[in-house]
Amino acid sequence: MSFSQITTLTASGLDMTSDLARVISARSNILEMTQDAEDAVLRPSDYGAFPHDLRAALAARIARRSNDEKLAVHYEVAAGDYAALARPEVSGEEQGLTTVLSIVDLVANAPKDISADHIAALQSAGISDPDIVRLCELVAFMAYQIRVVSGLRLMQGETA
Amino acid sequence: MTRIVHKFTRRVPDWQPRVKPVDLAEATPAQLDALKVTPSNTKVSAYVLTLAHDVESLSVRSPLFNAIMYDKGGMSREERELGALGASMVNRCIYCAAVHADRHAKLAKDESVTDELFANGANAKLSPRNRAIFDFARKSAEAPPASDQQDIEALRQVGLDDAEIFDLILSSALFGWANRLMHVLGDPVRQEPAPQKVSA
Repeated sequence: MSFSQITTLTASGLDMTSDLARVISARSNILEMTQDAEDAVLRPSDYGAFPHDLRAALAARIARRSNDEKLAVHYEVAAGDYAALARPEVSGEEQGLTTVLSIVDLVANAPKDISADHIAALQSAGISDPDIVRLCELVAFMAYQIRVVSGLRLMQGETA
Repeated sequence: MTRIVHKFTRRVPDWQPRVKPVDLAEATPAQLDALKVTPSNTKVSAYVLTLAHDVESLSVRSPLFNAIMYDKGGMSREERELGALGASMVNRCIYCAAVHADRHAKLAKDESVTDELFANGANAKLSPRNRAIFDFARKSAEAPPASDQQDIEALRQVGLDDAEIFDLILSSALFGWANRLMHVLGDPVRQEPAPQKVSA
């Protein structure tokens, strides 16, 4: 896998010929597995209740709420009919996803405030346990990717 | 009696899922295959059985986790644990904080750093190097990430090279992920003896 195929690196704006690119190539296994993880949460073959376009919309929404417009735009292009959800102010009422979105927003932005009641609310909204785990993995992966991208930008001397 | 643990501790609690984990007896071949790649393959934990609901993620996450925390070179294992701990404290993941504070204490052969962090949080008295590492991890874990150019400069001033800084970025970010599974999908608990009934 070349560095240009790894979203985490392209979104960070890394110059692939720079000294920093040479340094981090010592961790190319980690960078490649990071891309594999992105593929697993954004485009899994067993997507459960969350098709790929909805996942892309959620990823874009999470990136946007984290002020990462570049990453948001990257995911938004694959959001299809769910593109509206990539805007944080959209509640998801039209799509019947208000509970899912409110909990996605909380896990993404204030995970310390999540309690058992939130998981019970997802179950009451008809989300199966496997789908709750799938949703959580998507949001959790995005938290990781956003922070690796942000860190790489800081290392290049940019404001993240 | 099961009690939920709310305070930071190095004594690792049990973890009780909020959803029903995969039943090993009913696991699909793909799930069984993914469960093998976890570090503890003799007894599969409730946590890993819970994550097995999303087998594609679990299969890639286990080797990625191990590479970020244990691969040779770059930042020391002890300091990567400090990065993990900084994120876990911000996200109030009591379970993750316990595991990684315990690992830090054992690798450093020193409990004083994590004692101080649990007692005083962001105001803990730390060596300049640990201070720069912990501050970067703590600020990066905020949502949106709050670390800035000065935090990177502070890391360079205490002697971290770019390979070490990148390892810190990875280990603290990894716990942005792990905390959102562990703290969201379950509770840190301890089994305690039921209170004795006093007969009149």
